[in-house]
Amino acid sequence: MKLKYFSAPYLVWMVVFILVPLLMIAYFAFTNDEGGLTIKYISDVGQYANIFVRSIWLALIATVICLVVAYPVAFILSRMDKHRQGTMLMIVMLPMWMNFLLRTYAWMTLLGNNGIINHLFGLIGLGPFKLINTSGAVVLGMVYNYLPFMILPLYSVMEKIDGSLFEAASDLGCSSGKTLWRVVVPLSMPGITSGVTMVFVPAISTFIISRMLGGGSNLLIGDLIEMQFLGNAYNPHLGAAISLVLMVIILVIMTVMNQFDPDDQVLM
Amino acid sequence: MKKLGKFYMLLVLLFLYVPIFVLIVFSFNETKSRSVFSGFTLDWYKRLFHNRIIISSLMNTIIIAVAASIISTVLGTFAAIGINSMRKVPKSVVMNITNMPIINPEIVTGVSLMLLFVFFAARMNLEFGFVTLLIAHITFDVPYVILNVMPKFNQMDPHIYEAAQDLGCSPFRAFRKVVLPEIMPGVVSGFLMSFTYSLDDFVVSYFTTGSTSQTLPITIYSMTRRKVSPEINALSTLIFIAVVIVLIVKNAIEKKAAKKSGMYKGDMA
Repeated sequence: MKLKYFSAPYLVWMVVFILVPLLMIAYFAFTNDEGGLTIKYISDVGQYANIFVRSIWLALIATVICLVVAYPVAFILSRMDKHRQGTMLMIVMLPMWMNFLLRTYAWMTLLGNNGIINHLFGLIGLGPFKLINTSGAVVLGMVYNYLPFMILPLYSVMEKIDGSLFEAASDLGCSSGKTLWRVVVPLSMPGITSGVTMVFVPAISTFIISRMLGGGSNLLIGDLIEMQFLGNAYNPHLGAAISLVLMVIILVIMTVMNQFDPDDQVLM
Repeated sequence: MKKLGKFYMLLVLLFLYVPIFVLIVFSFNETKSRSVFSGFTLDWYKRLFHNRIIISSLMNTIIIAVAASIISTVLGTFAAIGINSMRKVPKSVVMNITNMPIINPEIVTGVSLMLLFVFFAARMNLEFGFVTLLIAHITFDVPYVILNVMPKFNQMDPHIYEAAQDLGCSPFRAFRKVVLPEIMPGVVSGFLMSFTYSLDDFVVSYFTTGSTSQTLPITIYSMTRRKVSPEINALSTLIFIAVVIVLIVKNAIEKKAAKKSGMYKGDMA
């Protein structure tokens, strides 16, 4: 028996449960209830341009904050002494193992109008401030949930950078800022690109974070899709059209990111 | 510079841990207040253990995760063997489709499967519930198994399988004695990865479950939508403790294994 036939059961599975469902999204996006071809739903997506812009904008801010916060963390981790690195990395990654609903819920209770942050402000005679149900709270939720997704790929690239390169750079007259810019950043580029994708993709498509921390006024693409399938506005054709546009946006962004990647590495 | 680095790490760790610790502290709070600690109680834990919905959804979660990860591991390992011996073009086509559930946003995977199941439900006797949930979990688990097993083949000498057969092994025996031990580390990590993803999944389950088969994340979600209940805090505390124990055990096992093989590799969380 030839080895390649071993994959037959999976190939059937893959076609039925990966390929066909994705084709169904495309089919639903371009048809109406009677099964006729239409571009009505795709063009209807245009009505939600403000939600798309908001989602891209908030996800972008969250991604930039994650990158800025995670970069030093990954660098410090990668330069620690080997035995402590493992333990420290475990401590940094541990919160990620909690279910993300619970992590988001934690911020819900912290930021609430009766939450502990407003309580502390109250003690010094300030507030209460409106912290929850703001776009700031949504960005905070994204950063909190997805920061480890940025730290891990950055760390795994930086860990491989030979420390003697820094000495060489400074021997050759680089200041530490210049070493960072000319040595560390180029070498960590694959980590940056995969970290950015791993934060941006879940951030732009989330509906939980916006629902729990953003209230009703900060709808994102994910909420819009969810409403078409499980909400009162049941309309799978529009939902499929929105999903299709979302996939195209992500594809474009990933193609752009791959241009920065020197060795053509796939994500993860 | 070193001190600044330590201070920075401390700040980031505070950011990561303070919300979790506040949750834990308030799981022992007498009242439902989220800001004032009025007295110590274990009532919320008692209530949690008497909450039938939570206990049954925990059981569902474990059953689904175990079943999905075992089936995915078998399916994915055989798939990897087959894909590995494919020619270049079909191989890259299959791998690109396999990567889809990983690259696509979870909501798109969830919605696409929901469309498929709605289609089947209308034409066959399919109900949203255990079966749809299991299929959905296997679908997003298998790619992780394949991605973990495939690299092991690249490290393996392709001729040893043939050599074993030349020396009189049946193809099955050759596979079991020669190929399987080589790819075993990938199979194990693929299994563990799909198990954890299944345990933790909310988004795909949310779109593919029915009212009969709720998983724990779905129950947590509906709890957060309703009134404030410190039961969630109690549940978070227990999950946090479970995670800490699992990670410490995992680290200990890895260190032992690394010592055995004579070299110390950084252990990943």
